[in-house]
Amino acid sequence: MTVSLLLNFGLLVFLVAVALALAHWRHLFPVAMLTGLYSLLSASLFTVLNAPDVALTEAAVGAGITTVLFLATFGLTRAREKPVKSSRRLIGLALTAVTGAILVYASLDMPRFGAPDTPVQTHPLRDKYLVASQDEIHIPNTVTAVLGSYRGYDTLGEVAVVFTAGMGVLMLLGRGRRGRKQNPE
Amino acid sequence: MMLIAGILGVAVTMLLILVRVLAGPTTYDRILGINLFGTKTVLLIALVAFITDRTDYLDLALTYALINFIGTIAVLKFMQYGDLGWAGDVEDDTDV
Repeated sequence: MTVSLLLNFGLLVFLVAVALALAHWRHLFPVAMLTGLYSLLSASLFTVLNAPDVALTEAAVGAGITTVLFLATFGLTRAREKPVKSSRRLIGLALTAVTGAILVYASLDMPRFGAPDTPVQTHPLRDKYLVASQDEIHIPNTVTAVLGSYRGYDTLGEVAVVFTAGMGVLMLLGRGRRGRKQNPE
Repeated sequence: MMLIAGILGVAVTMLLILVRVLAGPTTYDRILGINLFGTKTVLLIALVAFITDRTDYLDLALTYALINFIGTIAVLKFMQYGDLGWAGDVEDDTDV
């Protein structure tokens, strides 16, 4: 479908532009807001690619929680990036380029988008989950059925991990605020 | 056809907003631009939902609207108070 192809292209171009700005800006407050925009963009990309559950997670975590956490952290630290020596920046650029090249090389091994002969499509379990999940759990979305029911304990464990991490972050941020209260102006 | 025209319109608006956010001299331009961009994302998802005939995506669009609101409130609160402030820190001021 040409429209979705054009849309993918446009969204990817927007993503590149935002990423360049993110790397360029030194003042971290606009950067924190722009990461939210980046995440909204990638979430719309996921939606266009027919992955609404991934898009939902991306938007909730990337655009919602991460922005708020960054801002809360700026309340405790400074909102300006420390200048870095140019030699160290070059090392960082080289590392990023190498990692990116390896990832692109690895992506060449991936099956084509929507190819019919991948293991996902040909595995005998596919029919079991696609068909039987409708009768067994009555959830129209198969991904949700697998996440919420077939591997429910795994998801429960993940939720516990995320909850613990959230508690830890909240305690860190809260302590900073209480500490400031103890020495009033 | 109308839907495709709508999607194109939203994409062009996104481009204009993005230019404003990236160029935009003051921080307030950027805040407003990013808030608007979130709204455009909601519209884009709604249009994609109707064009692909998967209206369950509309829930996604609603969630995005909520997240966008929370993000903007957090940013504005940070601008006002310097941190995300307890309600107890500012007794004399109305808290969001």
